[in-house]
Amino acid sequence: MSLQVIMFMILGVGAIVTALGTITRRNPVASAMNLVAHFFMLSGLYLTLQAQFVAVVQVLVYAGAIMVLVVFVIMLLNVGKEEAHHESFTIRKVLGLVFAGAIVVQMLAIYLGSSPSAMSQLSSKSLTLGATESIGTVLFNQYLFPFEVISLLLLSALIGAVILAKRKVD
Amino acid sequence: MDSIAQTIDAVLYWLAQPNILNILVLSVAKGGLVLNIILVIAAFLVWLERKVSAWMQYRDGPNRVGPFGLLQPLADVLKLYTKEDISPKNADKFFHRLAPVISIAIAISILCVVIPATYIYVGPEKLKFYFSVAPNVNVGMLVILALTSIGVFGVTLAGWSSNNKYSLMGGLRSSAQMISYELSMGLALIGVLMIAGSLDMNNIITSQANGKWNIFFQPLGFIIFLVASFAETNRAPFDLPEAEPELVGGYHTEYSGMKFGLFYLAEYANMATSSAVLTTLFLGGYDAPFAKELLGLQDGTLLMVLVQFGTFFAKVFALLFFFIWVRWTLPRFRYDQLMNLGWKVMLPLSLANILVTGGVMLLLKQFGIL
Amino acid sequence: MNDFILAAPLVAMSFLSVICIVVDALSPKPGKIPFMFAGFSLLGALLLTIPTFWYHGTAFQNMITVGGYSAFFDVLFLIGGLLTLFAGRPYIAREHFDHDEFYSLIMFSVAGMMVIGHSNNLLISFIGIEIMSVSFYVLSGYLRKSIRSIESALKYFLLGSFATGFLVFGIALLYGATGTLEFPAMHAAVVADKLNFPNLLTVGIALVLIGLSFKAAAFPFHQWAPDVYEGAPTVVTAFMSTAGKAASLSALIPVIAAVVPQTNWKVGMVLAVISAATMLVGNISAVVQSNIKRMLAYSSVAHAGYLMMGFVANNPNGMTGVLFYSAAYLFMQIGAFVIVSLIEKENDGNLQLADYAGLSKRNPVLAALMALFMFSLAGIPPMAGFFGKYYLFIAAVEAGYTWLTIVAVISSMISVYFYIGLVVTMYFKDSTDTTEQDSKPGLAGVTLAISCAFVIILGLFPQLIEKLAHSFFM
Repeated sequence: MSLQVIMFMILGVGAIVTALGTITRRNPVASAMNLVAHFFMLSGLYLTLQAQFVAVVQVLVYAGAIMVLVVFVIMLLNVGKEEAHHESFTIRKVLGLVFAGAIVVQMLAIYLGSSPSAMSQLSSKSLTLGATESIGTVLFNQYLFPFEVISLLLLSALIGAVILAKRKVD
Repeated sequence: MDSIAQTIDAVLYWLAQPNILNILVLSVAKGGLVLNIILVIAAFLVWLERKVSAWMQYRDGPNRVGPFGLLQPLADVLKLYTKEDISPKNADKFFHRLAPVISIAIAISILCVVIPATYIYVGPEKLKFYFSVAPNVNVGMLVILALTSIGVFGVTLAGWSSNNKYSLMGGLRSSAQMISYELSMGLALIGVLMIAGSLDMNNIITSQANGKWNIFFQPLGFIIFLVASFAETNRAPFDLPEAEPELVGGYHTEYSGMKFGLFYLAEYANMATSSAVLTTLFLGGYDAPFAKELLGLQDGTLLMVLVQFGTFFAKVFALLFFFIWVRWTLPRFRYDQLMNLGWKVMLPLSLANILVTGGVMLLLKQFGIL
Repeated sequence: MNDFILAAPLVAMSFLSVICIVVDALSPKPGKIPFMFAGFSLLGALLLTIPTFWYHGTAFQNMITVGGYSAFFDVLFLIGGLLTLFAGRPYIAREHFDHDEFYSLIMFSVAGMMVIGHSNNLLISFIGIEIMSVSFYVLSGYLRKSIRSIESALKYFLLGSFATGFLVFGIALLYGATGTLEFPAMHAAVVADKLNFPNLLTVGIALVLIGLSFKAAAFPFHQWAPDVYEGAPTVVTAFMSTAGKAASLSALIPVIAAVVPQTNWKVGMVLAVISAATMLVGNISAVVQSNIKRMLAYSSVAHAGYLMMGFVANNPNGMTGVLFYSAAYLFMQIGAFVIVSLIEKENDGNLQLADYAGLSKRNPVLAALMALFMFSLAGIPPMAGFFGKYYLFIAAVEAGYTWLTIVAVISSMISVYFYIGLVVTMYFKDSTDTTEQDSKPGLAGVTLAISCAFVIILGLFPQLIEKLAHSFFM
């Protein structure tokens, strides 16, 4: 077993445990912190795939920016512990299970349906894909237009948020 | 003497072998070393801060424990260790304990990618023995930003888990402040990254070799990054999260004993880290302009490495002195002033800095200078 | 650099909409300067579209198409933006919400729509749809003091985000199936049957269809439309129920052309059923409405059904019909909504159908214009609406969907009931309240004049646009 496989197993188990922690903790802050830990695990998994840039950005954006805001909001609203729900067998749970099952089946189908050779080809290609240089090159050549246009999207969302949340009307 | 040198060479040679066991041993050893160095520096800084402030206020400062009071931090730590560890009745015990750990852990782990000196050649094959924990991370700068952005959790969680409104206010203030200044911080260093053309710390340093330090080409970026560093470390004049007159003690109101000690230490560790990052980005890192020419030193020799270490730490301590100097000179900002400065001054300025840097670089390329 | 010239209208619109914010921030008094800036920007972009009509190709590494139907939609969206701008200025002034962000948001949404129209890549379509939707979320909640406006924004936002999820998932599956997001490459993969997982393609198309049907308010994802259209500021409703709908459906043009080659047209049946159900549900629900905005909202649902007939046919005539009907529908629906916004009083007053009784006496010009738009919406012959429907119906029959055409004719007949019902109310019922003064149209008069002119011109000389549109799909 190579170091990569060992790391993958540790991080994979960690990711699952923290993901479970996220949805099972009653305390919203504990839940959020589990999610932060989960993002760290995911970032480690990206590292085992040689995608350094994606790994770091995962921490920077999700754990460092988005989750800070989430925790911030939880604290501002002073959300207490979620009260124990006593719903035993509702349509929501059934639907949730069905959809989760569907995704599992889908993943398995893709995994079993693809040949190992295709996978190894992909992984040799992805060795360079995750590096900062290749991302930058692709981003500013092939994907220049969507990259620039997305700024319009973000700007309009920003202005919208300001308009809707401004305290004084004028 | 020769035999000692040979033994060291042999040990380093063994450690530099690229296999899993050696990498693990080496990483743990280097990590432990960094941990100890940073703790010693932090302790020294506590003493320095008190001495400098005393000097500025025409006092003597600590002078009883040890020569010039140098052992004062040791006494402080002993006091903190022996104090009773109180946590509030309704506090969330787990997070209350976790918060200071996060704070100090982040401050120290950032140092893993900082490069205080390059490498020496060891063994017959001239293997390179690197002196930083993670020497060849090709996204080093992003790692620093990412870990910095995690640091906010320490203060925020401390404020929330204490179950005290002053603490909570402090925690919220700090998270708002840190998020606001992280933006300008990240944007300010883009100019540096453009010049270096890389996120790798090695390349950033080598791009500034021989006195071409970024502080000369990116003065605005340097100032913005410096100010943002003050805000990120929650130091005066941006120490609103713990503003004593308004918030009692801010996020660490409810902390006592060594848990408080950890926060205290984290503040100084953060200062050291920020100074190290600033040195790397803007002051040329370990670059000593005269070393190669005047002293005739070669890369990879022990002497060269010693010079590099010396240069690096000299720069770091100069910045640390500046941190302390600012704290005891400037009054604290008001909260709205802080936010206005962050969003309305620093952010536009850092964006303008990127624009100007890009424009100038493009022009220079057009004329074939770059 | 060449790319920038080719995509000049789109690039100009994007830059100007960003600059518009700066103008807002710097202009001392709200109103005049940003309005003028937005107006001239839209006009300028409109002028820039003219040369692109003679060019067919792609720009920015095959990311966007230039010329052809993209140019047509550019013109359509820009004119829609201009009409909204003119009608919007007096409207938001009357509602005491004269903030300048209104203009930049309108410009953002126009830019988003243009991005959709130019898309040559699913990624671009998605970004365009999101720019447009986000602007609409904000615009529909623009009257922050009105609880209905806030409700509409919240509903639109929550459901819209949900639909976006479907869209993204669908796009991801299409990528998984074909290994590309570019429409020509996707088309090549589908034709050559080089699919990684053929079933993914079906699921992917289904999810994309769900997402786009939501954005276009087609059955069964139309329930949000009446609430949102009712609560949103009337001028905004006019804009998003016309240009927004046309833009959402224009996203379907390349998708359908790429992923469903003529030889293997299974999705046609699904689209046909959606189209038929949309028409029937929209028109039947509109019959029982007493609030005019709700009535027009349901009628706009029905019109999405008519437009989808063109995609069902999936032949040059069908696409021509889509283009022509989008144009005709834009003018008649904006006209109708702008009249509603003029009759409307502050705080959602004067919005019942009963309030229109005797309008012909109080304000004969408005009543006549409203009647004109109603006739056109119902598809009465000399108006633009008639020819739009005519082209669509012909195309559907050509493609062998005679039953769909029959359904469409029946639902058109149902719609005549409430469209003409409004005209009857205006002309043949007496108002209980004769003292009230109707507001002067002001700048909105420009919108009405332009809409009215186009409804008549398109009705009298339909070949003008029909020829042009047909040439795009040959």
